[in-house]
Parts: sequence; structure tokens; C-alpha cells
Amino acid sequence: MFRPGFLWPALSGAGDLLPEAMASMVTVQSHGETTRDPIVRDADHPRDSQIAHFGADKPLKLDAGVELAPFQIAYKTYGTLNALRSNAVLVCHALTGDQHVASAHPVTKKQGWWETMVGPGKPIDTERYFVICPNVIGACMGTTGPSSTNPATGTPWGLDFPVITIRDMVRAQAMLLDHLGIESLFSVAGGSMGGMQVLQWAASYPNRVFSALPIACATRHSAQNIAFHEVGRQAIMADPDWRRGRYHLDGTFPRRGLAVARMGAHITYLSDAALHRKFGRKFQERENPTFSFDADFEVESYLRHQGISFVERFDANSYLYLTRAMDYFDLAADYDGLVANAFRNSPTRFCVVSFTSDWLFPTSESRAIVHALNASSARVSFAEIVTDKGHDAFLLDEPELFAIVRGFLEGAGKARGF
Amino acid sequence: MLRRADANLTIANIARTPGGARVDLVLMAEMVERGSKVLDVGCGDGELLRLLAASRDVDGRGIELSREGVNECVAKGLAVIQGDADTDLADYPDDAFDYVILSQTLQATRHPRVVLEHMLRIGRRAVVSFPNFGHWQVRLQLLFAGHMPQTDILPYSWYDTPNIHHCTIKDFRQLCTAIGVEMERAVALNAWGSPLRLNAPWWFWNLFGEQAVFLLSRKG
Repeated sequence: MFRPGFLWPALSGAGDLLPEAMASMVTVQSHGETTRDPIVRDADHPRDSQIAHFGADKPLKLDAGVELAPFQIAYKTYGTLNALRSNAVLVCHALTGDQHVASAHPVTKKQGWWETMVGPGKPIDTERYFVICPNVIGACMGTTGPSSTNPATGTPWGLDFPVITIRDMVRAQAMLLDHLGIESLFSVAGGSMGGMQVLQWAASYPNRVFSALPIACATRHSAQNIAFHEVGRQAIMADPDWRRGRYHLDGTFPRRGLAVARMGAHITYLSDAALHRKFGRKFQERENPTFSFDADFEVESYLRHQGISFVERFDANSYLYLTRAMDYFDLAADYDGLVANAFRNSPTRFCVVSFTSDWLFPTSESRAIVHALNASSARVSFAEIVTDKGHDAFLLDEPELFAIVRGFLEGAGKARGF
Repeated sequence: MLRRADANLTIANIARTPGGARVDLVLMAEMVERGSKVLDVGCGDGELLRLLAASRDVDGRGIELSREGVNECVAKGLAVIQGDADTDLADYPDDAFDYVILSQTLQATRHPRVVLEHMLRIGRRAVVSFPNFGHWQVRLQLLFAGHMPQTDILPYSWYDTPNIHHCTIKDFRQLCTAIGVEMERAVALNAWGSPLRLNAPWWFWNLFGEQAVFLLSRKG
């Protein structure tokens, strides 16, 4: 039975924070059947998505040295591919994103994660461009990942799923484009982990990428970021319901661990200034402290809400795999220790964007990308946007970001002959 | 807005648009060969880059210190990065550009000599424009009024000026000689933005030129 106190025994009087969708988790739990597990269901049969199937003859060669076959990629497209097939824009999602970039999420019913950026008349204009947004390999919204059914066993992969990398995600996306008959992309855009994929795309397939928009990202994951991810993973693995990754079989789900991981991570997506502006030290629906461990402060109840609503839509094992993929990302390592080598003679036009208050992927990281691109004589624009919204600024209403993306794509469009 | 489609739009037309300082941009653009690859250091709001793209068909890039300038340029579709001439030129490889342009920025750098040397390492040629501190108005203000000169193109007070390394045309020529740079072309403009007589002696330019534009290349 799910009550507020289930997640945090001290959390009381916070019923309004419970998302309705949690109720469905409860019903499924009572069945105790893995097949009724909504996360497994969405992993195998994504709702409101297109699916590309790759059979045993088209394995995905992984950096871990194994081949994944068969596998599937769930994706969404918006707009129309032109006759020359030259107006395709690939949007790469971040750690906890998915293919529902510009339309309602089938689980949460909330609007697409980048509807401010992608859509008719938006900077990434679906009336001009054919936008493709695939769910990454290892995720849980329909592309093969640890919560998908392993064809060898008929049960969810769990930790038997091979560890994947950012390059594996990009390799899978390239296979999707081959499947769709799209040789070259007008642009690849993404923030955070999506930005890592953008950089990997430009490095791995320079001739398939006309322009690239890596936003709020880096060429490698810093020690501090790996450390934060490790805290999140440990929180999940410390949850007794994690069952060494076999929770789908046991009919459990490491809600507490995943929620705590999300709470911790969410702090890193914001900034001290943004938290202070939004919450300060305000109390949550009370005048005085309760002298208990209730969520006295608004910021506490906000974080709890972030944690609770996250577990309704995300798989705990996927969280482990995707954070790991980000940790392993180090573009220079594949190119003799020099990022510039990755972009040598690159024909791609780059637009790098960072945010002043982003301390997860600070401007210095973007500047390092720009230095490497300059050193390889690539065509690069770089803008730093002043905001107190932290790393998450790339997902939020930032008019300057929109103007820059729009201007960059229009400039690239002219060069492309649109 | 400048567009290549405006066939009758010539450089001379732009020279006549208001805002006097544009004349040096026009001169600089004329010094750049068609279709070349150009880095504009201190590109401001991207005026010269757009001029170069429209009139000389160049592949232009820019560096600009001010964030507002950069964001405005990028939103216009220009390839501009936020950076500092004093520190960031070192990151560019040798011979990456045909021309490196420094427009009205030399006097604001901390190390003008190092910047100039980098420009001619990164580019085969450099185009530099700067306000001439040897201009008669500047000399007279200091001599008779006894205060730091303030003119149309140098409007700042001494305490808030970004210009920390003023030089005269004579000083600049000496620097070029010192670092072994070939002066291919030089033009001095009077206070009305008209080029001074080509056959005038250097001292005349140094006295009556309000600003100067130099086209430089590596010796040998």
C-alpha cells in the first residue's frame, strides 16, 4: 500500500504532492506479475511511438565488446522530410529524457520535454525541419535497455544487459538513420547527455552532420560529475527492493533509492541562486518549524515531489546504465588524448552554448570544446547565456537561447541552400 | 541588413551611411581577397563580418569579448565565439586563416605585440585599424588644454577608457619593423573619414590621420 509515509516515514501532510500516476504503480504491484509491470510494458511496447526493429542480421556492436541483437529503437518524428532528404534534425535527449520531445508524454501526460524549442514556429521549426528524436539505447521508453525483455530468457535483461556508452547510443542512432534512408543530417542538437551525443556524432560521422548544437555539455564527464552519479547509483543499489537488479522478476521496485538518486541529481541541475529565488527558507504550509523531520521547508517538499514523480516514469536499472554511459564519456581518449583530433578537418558547423550558473557542466567545459574546435579549424560559434537557472536552463524558457538556436540554424540553412 | 542579393549595394554605398567609424571597415574589407577565410578579432556586433560575407564572399569567424556582442552575432547566424584576444589567439593553429583582422581593438589589448605576432602566425596576412594618437587634435588637447585627449573616436575619460595602449602611426610602424612584419598597404583617414593623399610623407599622416588601416604580411 502506497502512502506518503512509504517513501519517507516523516513525510506527512504532503498528500498533494503525490502524482496520480503513482496509483497505477500500486495496482500493478498488487498483481505481482512482471508482465503487468508498466515499466517493462513500456520498454517492450512503447506507447505513441514509432519503432525500428533490428534483427539478428543487424547487431549493434557495443564498445563493451559484445553485440546486441535483436534490438529495437523507439523514436518520434515531427514535420516532413523534404524531397532531397536534407532537412532532418536529430534531437538527442538527456539522461532522463525520451523520444517525446515535442508531444505529450504517454505516462505523465505532461508536455514534451523540449516543446519550448521544438515545434511549429519554434527555433527548431517542425514546419521547416524533419525532427527525429530517438530514445537512447539503455533507456526505458521503448528502445532496448535493461528493462526490455531479453529474448534469450523471456524476462527483463536487468544487469545482464551489457554496459553501454555514448558512442553506442550514437552508433544505434546511425543505424536508425540508415533504416530511415537518411544519409545526412542538417543538424544534431541536444543538451547535457544529449550534447555528449551531439559531439560524438560530429566526431564519428563528420560527413553526416552538417551542423551541430551541443548545449550545456562537455567532452568528458568530470570527476565531480562521476562522483554525483555514484551517489545516485549507490542510493538505488542500497534499496532492498533493488534485489541486485532483479526487481522486475521479484515484483518490487527500488522507489526509495531511485527517488533519492533523483533528488540528489536534481540539486545539481539547479543553482544556489535559483533555489534561493524559488524557495529561500520558506516553510511549507506552516508558520513555525515542527521540530521534527517533516518537510518543514518548501525546498524539501519540492525535492521529495521531484523524487516521487520520477519513479513513476523511469526504470532504476536504466538510471544505472545511462549514468555509467555518461561517466565513461571521454572523447579525447578515443583520439590520442586530444579532443581537437576528433574534429580534424570537420566540415560541420558548430554552435556551443553554456549557461553562467551551470555548475554541472560549467562554461569552462564548453570553452574547452570551443578551443578544441578552433584548434582543428572547425567553424564554431559559442555563446554563454546569463541565467541563474543552472544546468536545467537549457530546458527552460531562455529567450536568448531560442534566438541563438534560431539564428544559428537559419545561417546553416542558408549555407545548405534552404 | 546586407544581403548578397542586393547587387547594387557596393562598399562605397556603405561608406556613406551615417556613423563615421564604418569607413575603416570598408577599407579593411577592400584589402581582403574575395572568397578568403577570415578571423575578425574583436568583431563587436558582427558588422564587418556581415560586410565581408556580403561584399567579398568570405568564410568569416569572429572573436568578441562582450557577451552581448557574441550572442547578437550568433543569433544573426555568424560564427562568433566569446573570447579574449589577449588569451585565446594562442589556441588557434598556424595558418588557419588567410586574414586575421583587428579593427579598433589593438589599443585595448594588454599585449599588443603578442596579439600582432599571433595574428600573423594564425593568418598569412593581418589587417589592423587603430585610432592614431599622433593626430593633431590629440596633440593639441594635451599640449594646450593639459588633459587627456577626448575626441570623436576616443570619447572616453581617462579613468573609464578600455584603451590602455594608445599608439601613433609612427609607433605602429616601429612595432612592425621590430617584429619583422611586411607593411603591404597603409591608409590613413582624416577626421572626415577620407583617405589622406597617398604620396604624403609619413609625418603628414601621423599628424593628420585620425585613424590608420594597415595590411600586413609575414616577411619572406
